Amino acid sequence: MAQPRVHQTRGQRRSMPRQKVKNPGKLFRRIFRYVSGSYLPQLIIVAACIVITVLASVQGTLFTRTLIDSYITPLSEAAKAGETVDYGPLLHAIGNVAIFYAIGVVSSLLQAVLMTYVTQGTMKKLRIEVFEHMESLPIRYFDTHAHGDIMSIYTNDIDTLRQMISQSLPMMLNSSITIVSILISMLMLSVPLTLLSLGMVALMLFCSGQATKVSGKNFVLQQKKLGQLDGFIEETMTGEKVVKVFNHENETKEKFDQLNEELYQASYKANAFANILGPINAQLGNVSYVLCAIMGGIIALNQYAGFTVGALASFLTFNKNFSMPINQVSMQINAIVSALAGAERIFNLLDAEPEQDNGYVTLVNVDSGAGVRSDDTPEDGSELNENLRGRIVCGLEESEEHTGHWAWKHYHKADGTTTYVPLEGDVTFEHVDFGYTDDKIVLHDINLHALPGQKVALVGSTGAGKTTITNLINRFYDIQSGKIRYDNININKIKKADLRRSLGIVLQETNLFTGTVADNIRFGKLNATDEEVEAAAKLANADGFIRRLPDGYQTVLHGNGANLSQGQRQLLAIARAAIADPPVLILDEATSSIDTRTEKIVQSGMDKLMQGRTTFVIAHRLSTIRNSDLILVMENGRIIERGNHEELLAQKGRYCQLYTGRKPETAAEGAY
Amino acid sequence: MLKTLTAQIKEFRLPSVLTPVWMVGEVICEMIIPVLMGFIVDNGIYGSDMQYIIHTGLLMILVAVCGLAFGMLGGFFGAKASAGFARNLRKAMNDNIQTFAFSNIDRFSPSSLVTRLTTDVTNVQNAYMMILRMAVRAPMTMIIAMIMSFLLSPRIAGIYLIAVVLLGIVLYFMLGSANRYFKKVFERYDALNESVQENVTAIRAVKAYVREDQEISRFQKAANNIYLMFVKAELKLAGNMPIMYGTVYTVILIISWVGAHMIVSGSLTTGTLMSLLTYCMNILMSLLMLSMVFIMISMSSASARRIAEVIEEKPDLVNPENPVMKVEDGSVRFDHVYFSYNKGSAEPVLRDISFDVSSGESIGIIGATGSAKSSLVNLISRLYDVTEGSIAVGGRDVREYDLTVLRDAVSVVLQKNVLFSGTIYDNLRWGDKNATDEECRKACRLACADEFIEKMPDGYNTWIEQGGTNVSGGQKQRLCIARALLKKPKILILDDSTSACDTATDARIRRAFREDLPATTKFIIAQRISSVQDCDRIIVLENGMIDGFDTHENLLKSNDIYREIFESQVGSNAEADFDSKD
Repeated sequence: MAQPRVHQTRGQRRSMPRQKVKNPGKLFRRIFRYVSGSYLPQLIIVAACIVITVLASVQGTLFTRTLIDSYITPLSEAAKAGETVDYGPLLHAIGNVAIFYAIGVVSSLLQAVLMTYVTQGTMKKLRIEVFEHMESLPIRYFDTHAHGDIMSIYTNDIDTLRQMISQSLPMMLNSSITIVSILISMLMLSVPLTLLSLGMVALMLFCSGQATKVSGKNFVLQQKKLGQLDGFIEETMTGEKVVKVFNHENETKEKFDQLNEELYQASYKANAFANILGPINAQLGNVSYVLCAIMGGIIALNQYAGFTVGALASFLTFNKNFSMPINQVSMQINAIVSALAGAERIFNLLDAEPEQDNGYVTLVNVDSGAGVRSDDTPEDGSELNENLRGRIVCGLEESEEHTGHWAWKHYHKADGTTTYVPLEGDVTFEHVDFGYTDDKIVLHDINLHALPGQKVALVGSTGAGKTTITNLINRFYDIQSGKIRYDNININKIKKADLRRSLGIVLQETNLFTGTVADNIRFGKLNATDEEVEAAAKLANADGFIRRLPDGYQTVLHGNGANLSQGQRQLLAIARAAIADPPVLILDEATSSIDTRTEKIVQSGMDKLMQGRTTFVIAHRLSTIRNSDLILVMENGRIIERGNHEELLAQKGRYCQLYTGRKPETAAEGAY
Repeated sequence: MLKTLTAQIKEFRLPSVLTPVWMVGEVICEMIIPVLMGFIVDNGIYGSDMQYIIHTGLLMILVAVCGLAFGMLGGFFGAKASAGFARNLRKAMNDNIQTFAFSNIDRFSPSSLVTRLTTDVTNVQNAYMMILRMAVRAPMTMIIAMIMSFLLSPRIAGIYLIAVVLLGIVLYFMLGSANRYFKKVFERYDALNESVQENVTAIRAVKAYVREDQEISRFQKAANNIYLMFVKAELKLAGNMPIMYGTVYTVILIISWVGAHMIVSGSLTTGTLMSLLTYCMNILMSLLMLSMVFIMISMSSASARRIAEVIEEKPDLVNPENPVMKVEDGSVRFDHVYFSYNKGSAEPVLRDISFDVSSGESIGIIGATGSAKSSLVNLISRLYDVTEGSIAVGGRDVREYDLTVLRDAVSVVLQKNVLFSGTIYDNLRWGDKNATDEECRKACRLACADEFIEKMPDGYNTWIEQGGTNVSGGQKQRLCIARALLKKPKILILDDSTSACDTATDARIRRAFREDLPATTKFIIAQRISSVQDCDRIIVLENGMIDGFDTHENLLKSNDIYREIFESQVGSNAEADFDSKD
């Protein structure tokens, strides 16, 4: 089945080559525990069924001997002697065997049916668990793992594990039991011949081991070459238009042919050596048969140790049946090894540390918005008052109903009281340091205070740390030192879900989901009515184009909304934020890929959205920034200038330089 | 479709033909062995003839060695044929893709081309090997085993024949219905994968809106759908092995009964009976194998079709016969040009575009997103063909030129531009393979790329990662411009190519163009008025039509749209660009 390729975005690494599984035994036990966790009774029945199936089939082999020794030989002798031949006992014996066989068939059916439920049930459980766990992982996980690798867990690894559980494991059990029972039967017949057979099996394993080694080495090489070709194809296919513009088709072909040839060589060798495994094992099995016949013949004909001719005939049948399960085991081992590698990746994801949330301050509905306003809040971050609790206590009652008024429910351990702080959208950063890793700090000593309803703009070059700041407010990442407060509550104390619910984000890249337009807007508020959806769309100026879509609000979007223009998708993202109605908004380059005239339309939607909300804006268009209450100019993870537009222009610093497009020495001369 | 694919077997026809031959050889050896085993039991062991055992044993080893040789040959040839076939398929696809026009690429999309070149080819390669090795081997085993059985005992062979037919019918219906379910399973897989993919790429949106629970329940539904369908499909197959076993067992019991009678009456020997039992297993197992081959083929047929589509695709643009091999100058003339991406679709993207540009002029193009600015310039280097009307470059219709000649003369810096993995020099020399270091550096100077390149530790030998991820947007754009300059084009087209550069750099690049490339016709698409206002003339595009074509000053006076754009950016103050300082 063709898998859709995951879009590669900035900062993703290519998949690493597959590595050897470190501790296969431990992994194997873990898989078994995982499966048996919910299906132990079924597994026991399946194992019993396998034993019965094998015994029935071994019993069939034994029957050949009984048939010949106990019935056919005496009967033919009787016939030769001219006596009447009585087929009654034979019919009886066949009837008995038929019952065994019937039991065998029924148990193999039972096994197949049960295994279907066990395997598929486990797969379903595993898929859901992996997905649930994935959703709980911090953003850091997604930023540090290639999306293709995560996808591959669902598309490849779970599937190989399914094959292992449903096919390889039962077959292994089946083969092992067969091997053991045949081995016992063989030992009972003749020890020396058994040793000879075992010797041949060892030779068989050795030869196939050698072939596996060569083919395995080449499979790794094939994987590597495939990866190289894959990378090249991906690069040239995405850049195919550039290839054509520069008439570079022939160079591309040459490079492609070269990589293609290397892949062919590796693939040829890998498959060739894998292909000869079967013939080697089969023919060595035949040789083993001949050797046993010769040696057994010598023993039987010389009457050593009471070894009869009939016993030799049976032994030879066993010898022939012995090599088949061994072949099967050796073939399954390959499948199991690759499944274990996949299982390791699955468990690595399941073992990844989920997002920690020790927050206990929750967002609740209150009966009225008439709580005491925070009029006494200082004008800027410099005079922060650690204990502003007093302003909030009175006037708010928690309500079960949806009132449209929200408050932070804050339980204080120290004195056992609960306070309600009205949700307003006051955000402060105090001496915040942050690095994606502890050893590399990318934000230094960030201080800012956004009052409810204020618009704060972050400007600066790529990599200055603007987006990083917004990642900290909603706790996608946690800070190393300093404090971030939301309505004067340390955000570490707020439950993450509630914190994020109180923040609306519109990103540069709009991600739409498969579903209707209305569903996508409703993503911001699940229980929104159709009227609310329309109102939000109208606010974002999206209503017009939505109505022109073939099915209006019920138009189904596919492939991340591929049939919508960039601007239209952006409008949907704004509508999504509007319907969530959060007191704090983060707009990260929300309009950068829209032209200025279209932006005007989007902008008026944005302006309506920003009204009465604390807004953090990251933008490089002046029109978006100029009317901000506070502009922070960032460079190399520090805020180097702050103030409003006029103040910053008057400073004639970095902002002025960026704004006028002049070098600092000429910036003083004024606007361009 | 089949013809397209088989045509790619080419030099691997011999191994492709020989693989089944070797496999037949292996099968014959395999089929002789049970007879020999029967002889050993009958004549050697029961006849107590050691000499016979050794002789027949050696013969059997000889046959086994032959079988091994055939088997290995089959293995090697099969691997060679299938790996080679896969190589040829990839090559055929890539060769054809390189002849694709932009419109062909649009139709397939890069990501689907990648899947077709990789996953789909691997599927077909595996299926091909399976067909070569098994599709002949399995029926051959069945036929030879059947013939041998008939030779040994027609009566018992008759029983086999009945069993094979019955089992074949049962398997056919079972697999047929299971196959239908498996197809549905794959469809549901797609839905599940889509859900995962959306969540992986949009994890920030999911987390920001605290929608984890909703997404989980959506995924649970998808997972449950797969579960239900998969269980249905597998249950259809669950009867497979039991029925197989049941048939084998029944046959064995019948043979035991019939065989006993025949041995007693002297028309069958014990050894022959044992050989016959072996053939019984061979016949029924090969039937099972054959059914697996069919599943394999049906599963890879979708991949095969997708590969054939790429190979069969006809490029939308072809070189004319007797093409013009020289572009005289950089003049451009649009004559009532209409253009739409899909022929026959209702709304053309460009409507009735006519204008004249003389060699060396610089032309700005401005307009809203979706006003077809890129479409317009893409027609000049014949990346697409006009639907109606004509375009002339250097006085000749673009369709008369050799494509390579035309595209060398018209250099486009695409909006969605890419750098390739390699050094900066490597990337620059895309423009001119033989450019000297000095020429490369000069182009970079013109594109204002020299300053940041020289600051890099390895300078011009700095390694660029795939997609140019290790340079900033503005740096990438300037490298792309330098690369285009190295072509020394007669016409240079910049499609929003300085959007990530700050205004100062943008201005310096334009000044360099004006001063150093006076003879080159320049088309500059931009969103910033400041980027185009000093062009000789400016085209204002609105909804695929020319709304105005004049100088900056005149447009300000006469053109409402232009004035509106101007006021949205420059009217009160200059456009700042904070995002691009490197």
